Amino acid sequence: MKKLSECKKACKVKVVKLNASSELRQRLISFGIMKEATIEILEYAPAKSTIEIKVGKTRIALRSKEAELIEVEKYEQ
Amino acid sequence: MNNNVNACPIVAKHIKIALVGQPNVGKSMLINSISNAHLHVGNFSGVTVDKTEVLFDYKNYHFIIVDLPGTYALNDYTIEERVTSEYLIENNYDLIVNVVDSTNLEKNLQLTSELLSVGKKIVIALNMSDEADKEGININVQYMSQLLGIACVKVSAATKEGITDLIDSIINEFEIQSIEHKLIFSEAVEEEVTKIANYLNKHKYKDDNSHRNIAINLLKNNKATYAKLHHDPIWIELQPILIDASKHIELHHDSNDVKEAFASEYAAFNKGIVVEVLEDKNKVEKKTLTDKIDNVLIHPILGIPIFLFLMWGLFQLTFEIGAIPMDYIDAFFGWFGDTIGATISNNDMRSLIVDGIIAGVGAVVLFVPNIIILFVGIALLESTGYMSRVAFLLDGFFHKFGLHGQSFIPLVTGFGCSIPAYMSARILKNDRDRLLTLFIIGFMSCGARLPVYVLFVGAFFTPSMAGNILFFIYIGGAILGLIAAKILKMTAFKGTDEPFVMEMPKYRLPSLKLIWHTVFTKTMMYLKKAGTFIAAASMLVWFLSNYPHNLILEEKYEGKIELASNKSEKLTLENTLAEELLEQSYLGSIGKFSEPLFEPLGFDWKMSVALQTGLAAKEVVVSTLGVLYSLGGDVDEENNSLINAISKNIPFASAVAFIVVIMIYLPCLAASVVFTREAGGVKYFFYLIGFTSIVAYSLAFIAYRLTLLITS
Repeated sequence: MKKLSECKKACKVKVVKLNASSELRQRLISFGIMKEATIEILEYAPAKSTIEIKVGKTRIALRSKEAELIEVEKYEQ
Repeated sequence: MNNNVNACPIVAKHIKIALVGQPNVGKSMLINSISNAHLHVGNFSGVTVDKTEVLFDYKNYHFIIVDLPGTYALNDYTIEERVTSEYLIENNYDLIVNVVDSTNLEKNLQLTSELLSVGKKIVIALNMSDEADKEGININVQYMSQLLGIACVKVSAATKEGITDLIDSIINEFEIQSIEHKLIFSEAVEEEVTKIANYLNKHKYKDDNSHRNIAINLLKNNKATYAKLHHDPIWIELQPILIDASKHIELHHDSNDVKEAFASEYAAFNKGIVVEVLEDKNKVEKKTLTDKIDNVLIHPILGIPIFLFLMWGLFQLTFEIGAIPMDYIDAFFGWFGDTIGATISNNDMRSLIVDGIIAGVGAVVLFVPNIIILFVGIALLESTGYMSRVAFLLDGFFHKFGLHGQSFIPLVTGFGCSIPAYMSARILKNDRDRLLTLFIIGFMSCGARLPVYVLFVGAFFTPSMAGNILFFIYIGGAILGLIAAKILKMTAFKGTDEPFVMEMPKYRLPSLKLIWHTVFTKTMMYLKKAGTFIAAASMLVWFLSNYPHNLILEEKYEGKIELASNKSEKLTLENTLAEELLEQSYLGSIGKFSEPLFEPLGFDWKMSVALQTGLAAKEVVVSTLGVLYSLGGDVDEENNSLINAISKNIPFASAVAFIVVIMIYLPCLAASVVFTREAGGVKYFFYLIGFTSIVAYSLAFIAYRLTLLITS
């Protein structure tokens, strides 16, 4: 198990746990970032400060700091 | 859509519709297609930040549509989301129209499934159906209606397809008895929902919403539902049942958050619906156009240089293309003033019309071409989806200065006009972030300041340099804004950072019609302002600069002028007379009075006055200078353009300091009012005055001294 922030570009992972505070967790969930969701890492902004990911068909930008709170595992088809 | 059929306001049935959907699914555009309204449309989340009502008539019905800000879920993460969820629960309306992006059904259904327990009739508008067709996505509408127990209609706000069907479905739904929506949870949750619903049933609890829906809302911790039941005697018995139920659900989902458990329930339900109704012809995922464009535009190394280049290009165009029609407009107003002037015999009247209104309004209208180009640029940025990319690229950089990445959106809007920028700061969740952004927006030079810049830059730089200087002014303002943000963040707005989670919309090629529409509306607003507010201000400035008349001075000079031996001496004397008359006018007195204050910045009294009138609106700076220099003595016949007058009368260093003040000092009156409202108190307005005045004055002083040092 690792954090979303540690994943490399173009990786595909599955969400295991959200360690965020209740409020942020709600926010992440409303974007579709929840348990069992698959995430693809699309791009890192300069200095890796921000990550662009794809959940389903939605592209979402979030900071590495937030990505640290998302525990993921390798996605197996 | 059919505005010619006017339903009788008394006999007609009123249908009040709450338009709800996730951000950026085209709600405002759909309203525009239905009712020919002109709501602002963009391709990023958070274009609509407050609810707007649109009225129209169709058949024998009177429609009121309330356009609510987009929300991902029924919670209150940001102010705009709060507006929506509160409206849905507390207000009276007949039905909900849920706008859904057909190309991203599963995500959009998250909100839809939450809406099912609000207890209102619902019609689903499957928007962007044309785009879905192109992407090979087919939704079985009849089956979907059946599964959810809700009327679903395919529409496209862009092509206006299905709009009539949608309105007919709304009328149909309005007329029939409500049917129960079909929302099915897992067995464990169903068991608890039934238990609570039965309890409410047994105690004959009365409410507009069904007992099942109340049970669901209680279980997912809906605050409003709790508040309602809290005051009811049955609460004492209900509470332990609820606690038990929540525990059971949490256990079932292996989670300690019942909301998260419900999210999974909803997700499972939505997945089921999508599997049943959606047919995606592109089974194999291939690279979309958005992926390809993103490979370049948000490239870790190239991304920021590309953005800067695009901005530079925009300001080059603003100056280069904008300059072409300028001479014609200038010539037109010159000719217009002369022609009109020749028909008026009364001297004062002629001066009021020609030197006051025509010179003032003309000076502002002169810059319409520049304004149009700037507005086109901003409209493209807003409607293509590029804006969110830039927010993504710059978030790390912004973060270092204490700003939130999403602040970028109000800040960019600020380049057009500060008023919508202040409003759009509502997308920021945290009050501290929002206040900080509100204070910084003024540093982004708005469209009304462009005329001042173009005027001064045109007066002091060659055309080949002018675009670069313009770009430099704008970027310089933005950088100053960032530094100011850092200082404010370290002093006044200390606090922890808010999370940054933002949706990146698909790239869309904006329709010409949309761009045309946005730019046209904004340009007309600018012209309208020139014709009303600016014209009135010009008259006032003219009056203040012409009165009181000083007959002694006039007589003294008239004698001298008659005695003058040659033509040039005569002209010099006439000019001196005009200058002295201006200096002893009311405006001259104000200017002279405040001159000592602005002297360290190198401003003469005319510039000081222009700055003060500019507090009303930034365009007035230009029109004031226009009036003052057309009345003043220095404008001779061959050389009567304002640009020339500026370059002749104002020293370079003073001009630089003037630009710096314009860049920073208080926004216009209207913007200040909106700022005060958005910030939530008059005290913030005084903070803004203090903050901007001190920064503007000190930086202008430094700029003045530095320029003097360099140029001497």
